[in-house]
Amino acid sequence: MNTLDATHDHHELTFVKKYVFSTDHKMIGIQFLFTTLVMLLLGGALALGVRWQLAWPWQNMPIFGGHFASEGGQISPEFYTMLFTMHATVMIFLVVIPILAGAFGNFLIPLMIGADDMAFPTLNMLSYWFMWPAIFFFGLSFYFGGAAAGWTSYPLLSSMAEAAPGSGTSQTMWLLAVTCVGVSSMMGSVNYMTTIINMRAPGMTLFRMPLTIWSMFITAILQAFALPVLTAAGFLMLFDRAAFGGALEGIHTSFFVPSGIIINNAEPTVGGGQPLLWQHLFWFYSHPAVYIMLLPAMGMVSDMLAAMCRKPIFGYKPMAYSMAAIAGLGFIVWGHHMFTSGMNPALGMTFMTSTVMIALPSAIKTFNWIGTIWGGKIRFNTVTLNCIAFVSQFIVGGLSGIFMAAVPVDIYIHDTYFIVAHFHYVLFGSTLFGIFGAIPFWFPKMFGRMMNERLGRIHFFLTFVGFNGTFFPMHMLGVAGMPRRYADPYIHPYLEHLMPMNQFMTVCAIIMGLAQLIFIYNFISSIFRGPKSGRNPWNANGLEWSAPSPPPHGNFETVPIVYRGPYEYSSPLVEGRDFLMQTEYLPPPPDPDPDAGPEDDT
Amino acid sequence: MSRIFWCLFFTAWPIVAIVVCAITPAMDWGFPGNREAATPLGQRIDDLFYLILGIVTVAFIGTMAALSYVLIKASKNKDEKAWFSHGSHNLEVIWTIVPAGVLLFIALYQLDVWAIYRVRDYENRDADPRPLHLVAEVTARQFEWRIRYPAPGTRFTSYEQVKDWLAKPHAGDVYAVNRLLVPLNRETLIYLKSGDVQHSFFVPDLRVKQDAMPGQSIDIWFTVNRAGTFDLTCAELCGWGHYKMRGEVEALEVKELESRLRELKQLQDYDGFTPPGTAAASGEVTR
Repeated sequence: MNTLDATHDHHELTFVKKYVFSTDHKMIGIQFLFTTLVMLLLGGALALGVRWQLAWPWQNMPIFGGHFASEGGQISPEFYTMLFTMHATVMIFLVVIPILAGAFGNFLIPLMIGADDMAFPTLNMLSYWFMWPAIFFFGLSFYFGGAAAGWTSYPLLSSMAEAAPGSGTSQTMWLLAVTCVGVSSMMGSVNYMTTIINMRAPGMTLFRMPLTIWSMFITAILQAFALPVLTAAGFLMLFDRAAFGGALEGIHTSFFVPSGIIINNAEPTVGGGQPLLWQHLFWFYSHPAVYIMLLPAMGMVSDMLAAMCRKPIFGYKPMAYSMAAIAGLGFIVWGHHMFTSGMNPALGMTFMTSTVMIALPSAIKTFNWIGTIWGGKIRFNTVTLNCIAFVSQFIVGGLSGIFMAAVPVDIYIHDTYFIVAHFHYVLFGSTLFGIFGAIPFWFPKMFGRMMNERLGRIHFFLTFVGFNGTFFPMHMLGVAGMPRRYADPYIHPYLEHLMPMNQFMTVCAIIMGLAQLIFIYNFISSIFRGPKSGRNPWNANGLEWSAPSPPPHGNFETVPIVYRGPYEYSSPLVEGRDFLMQTEYLPPPPDPDPDAGPEDDT
Repeated sequence: MSRIFWCLFFTAWPIVAIVVCAITPAMDWGFPGNREAATPLGQRIDDLFYLILGIVTVAFIGTMAALSYVLIKASKNKDEKAWFSHGSHNLEVIWTIVPAGVLLFIALYQLDVWAIYRVRDYENRDADPRPLHLVAEVTARQFEWRIRYPAPGTRFTSYEQVKDWLAKPHAGDVYAVNRLLVPLNRETLIYLKSGDVQHSFFVPDLRVKQDAMPGQSIDIWFTVNRAGTFDLTCAELCGWGHYKMRGEVEALEVKELESRLRELKQLQDYDGFTPPGTAAASGEVTR
């Protein structure tokens, strides 16, 4: 396409308008996708550094070691704390949240509801470009040594520059970056809510929306109500730090800083702040954020499973309601991160009950996914495999959550590797497998080509095996009492015997990391060389499959009219095929006996 | 061919997972030292853990078996079309009510343990004899545990006295680092503080964990019923040296504890040249 040619007609956009500062939701979605996939590699590399240290503590790290860590590749304790802090930060703020809401939310919402674009295209563009200040500030944080107070950044470790090597400028940069991510997400969520409420195609009632759209809608609401709290908390901590580089020197508020604390021989602190306040504010956002990182994957897997099993989704309304229930309960369970924190113990009971109850909608969803496969005609391909992996890993993550919902048990396993196992089963085992399914599923719509099936399966197999080899034994480490965030657990006698297990896990993690190279190769080569796909390569029902692949600016040739829900697979109404698109008009069946019915003329 | 492979694959991995869990005790991957907790409350936590493990195992086997079953059936489906069904109201009701019942049972069943652990007597502390069992004040710092015992032989008779002791250092206090002595078979009360950032007092063998919050003094109580030395670790990220914040909790007979504290006190008061055992050496003011 000769977009830079001076002779273009006025509909053609310049290269910059088309690929860089694009206001087209599809291009923004693809920009988000590329950015987050690059960040996924970075976050994975950081995780491998963590795994290396846990398997072979204080040994020189091969390949990367010489470039990053000091002393010829040996990981120092402060470098180690930086590694896991930035691993979590990158994965949560730059990969999982933006790939779900930013990449798939942007790409899919207008296509699936039959709109020509988002409600606010320029705001949408800004939501992508606000990721870059965030990436820039995270980069600066790395440059200054990297924030090292954990992704939770509990004060006073994070709010006093003297507390740790990473608590100086790099922590300030970290806070600024998180604020920028928040601004980006907020712009997205406002846009998604408006678009879904106002711009649905004729006939697209709320209960004809695909579950992906339901999940994006609920996620957007979660973000809109939870994010301001984190942003506010971040500013409070910035004021506490007063480290804007002189401009605001002397603010030194004490929201989170109690008086009389002496850290590393610095002056004693003044002011009656309360570090517990940060935990409440932080988890008030970050617990809903867990669902922000999960619900869109749940929605997409529902759509993919139905299409791959050629069967309507089992229990559409219970699926939508249970997502709403998860979101609603998600706002009143944040205290379960704080059972050992010293908050009023009576609160523990309240939070425990709501936490146990949030397992219920999750269970309902799981049963409905199994019900969707039940009686289906399944096609085993990369998409299906990843979706089944999503369901089975979500079962593990959900069940292990019950242990920590039980307050007394949580007392023991809190901040051990059991927790690490649990949230990796949810965030990686569920969400990332969902994403690895969603990418090949909607890839033809994004680029007009299919991804390679054989490479996809090899990638899936290696990732699944590597994932379980890495994370399943973490449950055992947790029960054995191995705390998180230890640079060298083996100096504690009761943990010495766990080293071989950690080495096994690291080998599995390296295999899993290498498998991602297959994915990247498959992704990039398929953009250029994959077999061309038609409009509807999966014979699916959704509106997006009635648009050309890739859809042009404006998406649809004509305004689509919706006649039914998105899951009418194997409908007996049509002969010879097992799908019935949402846009397809079927004449009403002739009334068999017009005279037999009761008189109904009022 | 690949159909059979993937069906086997998704059936096999839960079996592998269960086998791994089953061999856990034999491989010493379970609770520390493969032993039950050394406190009565810890044993109740263990019981609760195993109860949940049982429920969860049944749920895991059930859902995984169902998943494998529907997968195998769906992959062998020779019908022209899949089963056209939008769901079943009865099934939805069943699989809402049954898990809800189980979850509610778990929620209510554990309340008692939590109440003993943290809540009971929390509100009417002034009338509670528990503070009088005070053993020590533990202050977590980067990266050590500082311990302050009341002068050997001190008996608190009112909560006011305890509060007064906690508020400031007293003559006769015994100081130690990283080694906490506690009585055996007797309720132990510890006041936990932080000198700088947040830490967490974690003794895996006792199933005890409590965060040390800067600016707060938090009480922990437990009764150790097994003599021995237990590892004390920090469970909340507190800086680069988080991993090396290693301490020990030693449970002793009450008599032995008293004499050990006196020994510590003598060591603390020893000025380097006074012969030990004299009045001056024991730190008592003679006038």
